[in-house]
Amino acid sequence: MMIAVDMLLLTLLGITAVAVIRTRSLFGAVLLMSIYSLLMAIVWYNMQAMDVAFTEAAVGAGITTVLLVGTLVYTGREERREPRVHWPALGICVATGAALVYGIQDMPRFGDPAAPIHGHVAPEYIAQNAPHGDQIGPGAPLANMGHHVPNQVTAVLASYRGYDTMFETAVIFTAGISLILLRGAPREKGRLFRRRRRRAPRARPRDESETAGDG
Amino acid sequence: MDDNVVIRTTARVLMPFMMVFGLYVIFHGEGGPGGGFQGGVILASAFVLYTLVHGIQASTAIVPKRTTDVLAAAGVLLYAGVGVWCLVRGGNFLDYYALMHAPHDPGAAQALGMTLVELGVGMTVAAVMITLFREFAES
Repeated sequence: MMIAVDMLLLTLLGITAVAVIRTRSLFGAVLLMSIYSLLMAIVWYNMQAMDVAFTEAAVGAGITTVLLVGTLVYTGREERREPRVHWPALGICVATGAALVYGIQDMPRFGDPAAPIHGHVAPEYIAQNAPHGDQIGPGAPLANMGHHVPNQVTAVLASYRGYDTMFETAVIFTAGISLILLRGAPREKGRLFRRRRRRAPRARPRDESETAGDG
Repeated sequence: MDDNVVIRTTARVLMPFMMVFGLYVIFHGEGGPGGGFQGGVILASAFVLYTLVHGIQASTAIVPKRTTDVLAAAGVLLYAGVGVWCLVRGGNFLDYYALMHAPHDPGAAQALGMTLVELGVGMTVAAVMITLFREFAES
């Protein structure tokens, strides 16, 4: 049953991917990419990767679509007419795809408990989420989350790889700051949360030296 | 879209649920699927919906740009601050066990550290996503 659902989803994914390439309407392409992301989220869900599915649905299908539609305002709605097939690019893509498919043969089966990644640190990650009472120190598992952190993905992301996640957040922050520096309008001074919409004194727009302290 | 009653009412009804769901996902990251990143995006999408329906002016009136700027920075600072606080308490950087002295229930300290850190991630992601959308939509 699972296999049938997976086959259906992957077929739909393939159709959507081809449709994204074939369509000339950029708006249509953006919406098809959103559908692609939603299908991909269901595929992740089928593989029981809930956190990835969540991210794919929220970021891939949600925010990315909104931002791409916003970009369409600048680019126009129709794709420029170009030669249909670029033979060298097609050759490179087919060669890369063939190499990847060849490499798949060496991978362990999906969910195989004897796979290398499941033998190294994964048992530790799973063991730490079971309650151990007060075992700490030599002999006890390296970490002890008790019953507090049932989601192992978050335990890994926020605790073991805390540095990694911290700098990911810093990357997002840097992206936002870069955009503000590149095209942001100057920020007005004043309190952080305005109580209500006040009529701004428009008469003296540049006279900030006196009122810079509090707004 | 300002004059369409159906869209405006739907957006107004949906927005609180989206925001509460975003906060739930942020704070429930260690218990279920989700976390700061996903929750931040959901929280931001509520404001994106509001901006789409009511326009940039109304959106900046309720959440000024300065607020999102400060929130984005405060999220990263909160994350790093938790790490520094662990240092101050005598542990390693981001070693959440140092946050709370609970020898019989060490998982509580881990959960506390993760919740704070996820809140930081959520603040930064939500603020940056709102900023991205507004800067694109503005001109």
